Amino acid sequence: MAEGVKPRVKAPKTAAAGETVVIKTLISHQMESGQRKDSDGTPIPRSIINRFSVAFNGQNVIDVALAPAISTNPYFEFEAVIPEAGDMVFTWYDDDGSVYEDVKSIAIG
Amino acid sequence: MKTNRLTGMAAALACGALLGGGVASAGPDDPLIINGDLEIVTRTAAPPHLEGHLDEIRSGWTFRSDDTQALELDDFDNPGMIFVEAAREVWDTPEGSAGKSCADCHGTVDEGMLGVRAHYPKWVESAGEVRTVEQMINACRTSRMGADEWKYIGSDMTQMVALIASVSRGMPVDVAIDGPARSTWEKGKEIYYTRYGQLDLSCANCHEQYFDHYIRADHLSQGQINGFPSYRLKNTKLNAVQDRFKGCIRDTRGVPFAVGSPEFVALELYVASRGNGLSVEGPSVRN
Repeated sequence: MAEGVKPRVKAPKTAAAGETVVIKTLISHQMESGQRKDSDGTPIPRSIINRFSVAFNGQNVIDVALAPAISTNPYFEFEAVIPEAGDMVFTWYDDDGSVYEDVKSIAIG
Repeated sequence: MKTNRLTGMAAALACGALLGGGVASAGPDDPLIINGDLEIVTRTAAPPHLEGHLDEIRSGWTFRSDDTQALELDDFDNPGMIFVEAAREVWDTPEGSAGKSCADCHGTVDEGMLGVRAHYPKWVESAGEVRTVEQMINACRTSRMGADEWKYIGSDMTQMVALIASVSRGMPVDVAIDGPARSTWEKGKEIYYTRYGQLDLSCANCHEQYFDHYIRADHLSQGQINGFPSYRLKNTKLNAVQDRFKGCIRDTRGVPFAVGSPEFVALELYVASRGNGLSVEGPSVRN
């Protein structure tokens, strides 16, 4: 497993029904491209987050395919319409098979 | 051909006008409020010892573009905070032969280190000299924890200093320049006004006489260090104060003092005192 991986999400705790809210996400990850070599000249194997998806109450919000040129600690900010109270589930998929998940509950109020 | 060239020029002009109109005015007077509630003093009256040199002192934040400034408004957007979080874990992790962590002696970093960044470098009676936060960390590591020293401007060190700075954000910088620290401060002042390198430049030449001007593409600040350690967009990591001192002297084509040397400690004390009154801001975001 890649070291020092930590997902972070900033989402409002409450929203009005039908309101568009801004969600910010960041995962600390070295995003090793696979193109670099270490000091001995041995290629450093690729190790990146290759997919990021968000679902709200089971419904897909965004689904992103990430490529090796994306920088360290990928940051995504997007807007989402909140029709009802529920849980927003954030999932990051690592090259090594690890899956990192975070959940934020958003209430109507 | 001639017509074509003219059309091209007109298009370029129109494009320039569009760009100019789209950019919001740079606001050196805008307030810096972090996370919506932590007010940072970015402009204030200069401390008395700067009389005749500067009237107003300004944080480096006021010299940066709107986009760069905005990165500091919210901790989630501030890339420096990732390093602070990493240091928080180190704070609680025991290390060295004594099996102690920082937290074992100092408690939580939020309480134990509150106000520390605002007063350093300062005279340390037990050491009989002026010391920086970095030197105190290494003293703790070797004498109390039985651990190895960190490199003075290494990433472990800089992120720990950033953590210590972050808990004092909003507090006014207030380093003591009288008493036993006086002679060190005088030495730092002398270094500040001494010209170094083939370009024959002192710190004051750029940061006192010509701040807010451009030196080629760089917008010169006053060289305040209230925002250090500073996350720089150009190297995407935290930068230590003395690393920047080193860079500045190198830029004069001089040979820098060593980091952690008595000269740089004295300079750090003096430069910090020039910012007495500004808020502790680290980890700041700069270009």
